[in-house]
Amino acid sequence: MLDLQGYGPRLLEGAGVTIQLALLSLALALVLGLITASAKMSRNRLIHAIATVYTTLIRGVPDLVLMMLLFFGGQMGVNVISDMLYDSFEIDYYISFNAFAAGVLTIGFIFGAYMGETFRGAFMAVDNGQIEAGRAYGMNNWLVFRRIRFPQMMRHALPGLSNNWMVLLKTTALVSVIGLSDMVRVAAEASRATHEPFVFLLPVAAAYLMIASVSEWIFARLQKRYNIGFGGH
Amino acid sequence: MKKLLSVSLLGLAVAATTAQARDYDHVRIGVDVPYEPMEYRTPEGELTGFDIDLGNELCERVGVTCEWIEQEWDGIVPGLLARNYDAIMSSMTINDERRQTVLFSEPYFTPPSAWFAPATSELEETSQESLEGKTIGVQRGTLQDNYVTDMYGSVADINRYSTADDMVLDMEAERLDIVFLDYPVGKSTLIDSENRAYQVIGEKITEPKEYFGDGFGIAFRQRDEALAERFNEALEEVQQDGTYDEIHQKYFGEEE
Amino acid sequence: MLDISAWFNDLLAGNLIFTAQTLGYYWEGLVTTTQLVFLSLVIGLVMAVPLAVLRGSKHPWIRLPIYFYTYVFRGTPLLIQLYIIYYGVVFVDGIQDSFLWPVLREAFYPALIAFTLNTAAYTTEIFHGAIKATARGEIEAARAYGMSQNLMMRRIILPSAFRRALPAYGNEVIFMLHASAIASVVTLMDLTGAARFVYARYYAPFEAFLFVAAIYLCLTFAILYFFRFLEKKLLAHLRPLS
Repeated sequence: MLDLQGYGPRLLEGAGVTIQLALLSLALALVLGLITASAKMSRNRLIHAIATVYTTLIRGVPDLVLMMLLFFGGQMGVNVISDMLYDSFEIDYYISFNAFAAGVLTIGFIFGAYMGETFRGAFMAVDNGQIEAGRAYGMNNWLVFRRIRFPQMMRHALPGLSNNWMVLLKTTALVSVIGLSDMVRVAAEASRATHEPFVFLLPVAAAYLMIASVSEWIFARLQKRYNIGFGGH
Repeated sequence: MKKLLSVSLLGLAVAATTAQARDYDHVRIGVDVPYEPMEYRTPEGELTGFDIDLGNELCERVGVTCEWIEQEWDGIVPGLLARNYDAIMSSMTINDERRQTVLFSEPYFTPPSAWFAPATSELEETSQESLEGKTIGVQRGTLQDNYVTDMYGSVADINRYSTADDMVLDMEAERLDIVFLDYPVGKSTLIDSENRAYQVIGEKITEPKEYFGDGFGIAFRQRDEALAERFNEALEEVQQDGTYDEIHQKYFGEEE
Repeated sequence: MLDISAWFNDLLAGNLIFTAQTLGYYWEGLVTTTQLVFLSLVIGLVMAVPLAVLRGSKHPWIRLPIYFYTYVFRGTPLLIQLYIIYYGVVFVDGIQDSFLWPVLREAFYPALIAFTLNTAAYTTEIFHGAIKATARGEIEAARAYGMSQNLMMRRIILPSAFRRALPAYGNEVIFMLHASAIASVVTLMDLTGAARFVYARYYAPFEAFLFVAAIYLCLTFAILYFFRFLEKKLLAHLRPLS
């Protein structure tokens, strides 16, 4: 049997951190992605430009560098403001970034850019005729979005979303470098202390594979659901 | 799990905006773990070490509750400025460079730095010539890093590590020829542990002061003078009534 | 020459962070990152081509091991792969006395091995997908010409698959560049490593990381335009006639 030398509970806790981090960043990325996609399809030049700069910059810089910038630098930026508030108005408020929040924000922010591209492509793939048909039925914009554009967009977006999610999941490992005790960090710490890297790192690798396989299964089911009425895929 | 989730959600509500009173009754202390015997975790995860025991004692005397917050060394000063915690007690040497950014307590411990190499190493001294082409290990952002970078950067390879444990592992793997560490830490992790054959090369080093400053201090934000003063008083108290010696004895034994 | 260095010193005068020393570190980092990424991509590519062909083999005992390899390397974080290889090689009995040790001792080579295995896995799947997507007509035409399986692979399937794989492979190259940022966790002084050093020494996160982000951005754009250029040349036949 696997002897985790007392690190078992901490590894489990670390796995919890990894999963929460991944799910919360996914939620943030989806919201940002939808906003970005709308912004990119907007006719307003400024909004369009902002979205373009966002997706370009994010996709041009390594995740780890962005994470460090936000974790180490973001806090300092916030402090300058809070120090100013204190010095000029005696208001002593502060906002603290813990590693977890920095992780969720950075990963969400990064993948928001990728999700944005996925959503945009998917929205554009929805047949215009369908939207016109919806309008002809007297549906308002919101109803058209809810009943026609969104479900159809999801059908096109799912493969991309599934892909982004898999990459996001693996990206969570990077938070271990900025000091968050996710399962990778606990495993690395344990390997150093016990000098048995395989005992700790291999199970963690297996855990990632397991999460990936479960997600694949879930996405396959979703794909089926959104494909109802289209026969096959 | 549910509790964990809600706790971190709370943390995520990034704006965990808390109004912090000027008079602390709760002090969060940043610490870089592991750095045996100054601060480290047992496998069960319990935090212990010289700094931890002394710090808890000081907190009690100051009359505040203390919370230890782990932070890797290369982000430890920014973390303080960032108010991730209110003080640093993590074997931090007082020096002029750091004085520009933080406020130090009186020194509470003065260890020298030293070079450590495998017992089989043929190195006899640590001049620039003898370390030419060697691989030197240091912890990133420490005064040892600064010293080695400036003195040996042009002749030797320098490997920088986030934690002392990484460094020890690479030394055992024979990836490093020599490491430069706080003496007590090197003694505890390299010399005293079983099965590990290491030696100190050359003298213990405390000069020049420009790098090696004058001992470990507790770091505070510049504006928290009152808090630093309270800790200084407590420090004097434990040094006079023998509590300090007890803790010292527990981690360092008789020597020095 | 003297003028230039005087001008350079003037430029840096009064700047505590971007000194000749730290810029030297950034330069060293740029060189390390480029070497690491370039070498792993080239070796990975060389490995991926045969693997991609064999990945489509009829024999399960050829196909399945390759699938397993790509599944594992694509399903786990590169950081773990790097840790396993960097710390793992040390525990191979007698490795320190073998002729391999001078190579494995340096952090560069374990990192190179990890990166290569990783990119080879992704590239294998990219090519495999492209090969599978070969138009039936092309294959039938080749058969009609009486081409053997090998000849067909060499002359028809692979060249057309390479072209189809180009956009996806371009993304993989950028992905590798970004992924290489983790090399600094095993002491390599790559671009990110240089930034971490500057940050830790001067407590200057913005200067340290924004500067390095800008360098990565430039590299990313360079790769992007290189692949656009390639696509234009190689995929010219797919463009609508004007």
